[in-house]
Amino acid sequence: MMETFLRRLGFALVALFLAGPLIVVAGVSVNERQSLSFPPQGFSIAWYSQIFTDPGWRAALIASVLLAAFSAALAVIIALPLSWFLWRRVAPWANVFRLLGVAPFILPPVITALGLLTFWATIGFYGQPWTAVISHAIFFVTLPLVTLSLGFSSIDRSLVEVAATMGADERTVLRTVVLPLILPYLISGYAFAFVLSLNEYIVAYMTVGFTMETLPIKIFNALRYGYTPTMASVSIFFVAIAALVFSLIARFGDLPRLLGAMSSEEK
Amino acid sequence: MKREPPRTIADYAPLAFPAIMLIVFFVVPFSTMIAVSFFRRQQGGFYTPDFVIDNYARFLSAFFGGVLGFSLMLAITVAVICVAIAFPFTYLLTKASRRVQIVWLVCLLSVLSLSEVIIGFAWSTLFSRTAGITNLLVPLGLMSESQALLPGIGAVLTGMVYQALPYTILVLYPALVRLDPTLLEAARTLGASPLRGFFGIIVPALRNTIVATLIMVFVFALGSYLLPQILGRPQHWTLSVHITDQAIYQSNMPFAAAMAVFLVLISLALVGLTLLVGGRKEVA
Repeated sequence: MMETFLRRLGFALVALFLAGPLIVVAGVSVNERQSLSFPPQGFSIAWYSQIFTDPGWRAALIASVLLAAFSAALAVIIALPLSWFLWRRVAPWANVFRLLGVAPFILPPVITALGLLTFWATIGFYGQPWTAVISHAIFFVTLPLVTLSLGFSSIDRSLVEVAATMGADERTVLRTVVLPLILPYLISGYAFAFVLSLNEYIVAYMTVGFTMETLPIKIFNALRYGYTPTMASVSIFFVAIAALVFSLIARFGDLPRLLGAMSSEEK
Repeated sequence: MKREPPRTIADYAPLAFPAIMLIVFFVVPFSTMIAVSFFRRQQGGFYTPDFVIDNYARFLSAFFGGVLGFSLMLAITVAVICVAIAFPFTYLLTKASRRVQIVWLVCLLSVLSLSEVIIGFAWSTLFSRTAGITNLLVPLGLMSESQALLPGIGAVLTGMVYQALPYTILVLYPALVRLDPTLLEAARTLGASPLRGFFGIIVPALRNTIVATLIMVFVFALGSYLLPQILGRPQHWTLSVHITDQAIYQSNMPFAAAMAVFLVLISLALVGLTLLVGGRKEVA
């Protein structure tokens, strides 16, 4: 009894803390007039349509989505052969590259951002939109790398051996056995990188901040000049995207396992 | 098809693209940054190759000593608060049904992926005078009139705990979910209360995990760069904020790079410590 009560209380408090600011922002985002007030006065979803109709916000949204889509794809393209090689071969020294892939994510982000800023400035491409794609891909390569490594480690090696015994060559095994098995991990790795890239500020700001506005950069710039309700609606829009993507991963994949729990059968 | 060492050049082929990308776009930029930290600053925002340690010497000033001390203290406070909340919470979470766990994990990931800009904006709204939490306290009679709760150290701390809490929970989750349930059952059978079982068995069994998590959250909190700007006053600016400020607004790349190298050294030392702690055998 006591334990159930304590658990409910703990869950409720943490939920309130995590949801509190978002509830207020959601309330603010439906204010009828352009004022920062809560509880909202009137009800209007005009600030949501503003994301798509206002040229400035729309451009930022498109820039962010393109950046996230391309950089997540590049991150997966880097992570896939690397994690496959580490799974397929005995080459302990190659783990150096796994470490390099994880490092940008573990270190404070401002370090990666500053490193890339000096790099792009030195070779003269500072401010080009594609530099942000590469920068984000390197910054977030950890995510597909971790999910794919997990995916490979969950493959039953005897399956691969059977295929090889039956006469399948490396390429066929890869295409017909390995890839289908790791596809869910590949997709979730892409999804993680996509959502985080969408929300990333400092790396994007330091590499292309003066030439291109992603949504987080636009929100921060707008924040300096005071409040516009579109900030609130964009924030809620982003929370919704993240919740949707992670719900889909949970629906079609094994989220507890992806986050480090043992597989569900073992529990 | 067993796992075997690569023999021919072709066996190495899959490694080529990832290796080139990581070296060119991470190792080289990182080295560039270290090199720049020894360069001489020129007026007008440029710098010339040189080998001077002025940028590091400047670090020894009282002002930056204060900034460093403040950043470290802030990160430690955030780490301690987060682990104190997250550890019991995560423990209870792993005891919940799989369905409940999944719902929570989705919510935690959604909050974790939120941009610092959005977190900062959300808390600045919650702490504002016109739309803030104090508006709820006035009708309850706890406050005579609504007021702004920011900028201030309390606001910075709240925002940073908010940012780091989902991270802490997700770092603790694997260790706690794999914890052998028979440990606690044994304690209960022997007559220990749930609370005593938790503090007497679970906490000591996961001592190393707790220390490793504290360090990881500490490094995570060190990276916070927008929340101190949005929710705090200039004296609440952390090392990360000053690095950005020097690089972008003061156009002093060499000094920014020197501070970044310093931050890397602190983080690396701590991550190394985590690996050492984590490498020791856990009881569980």
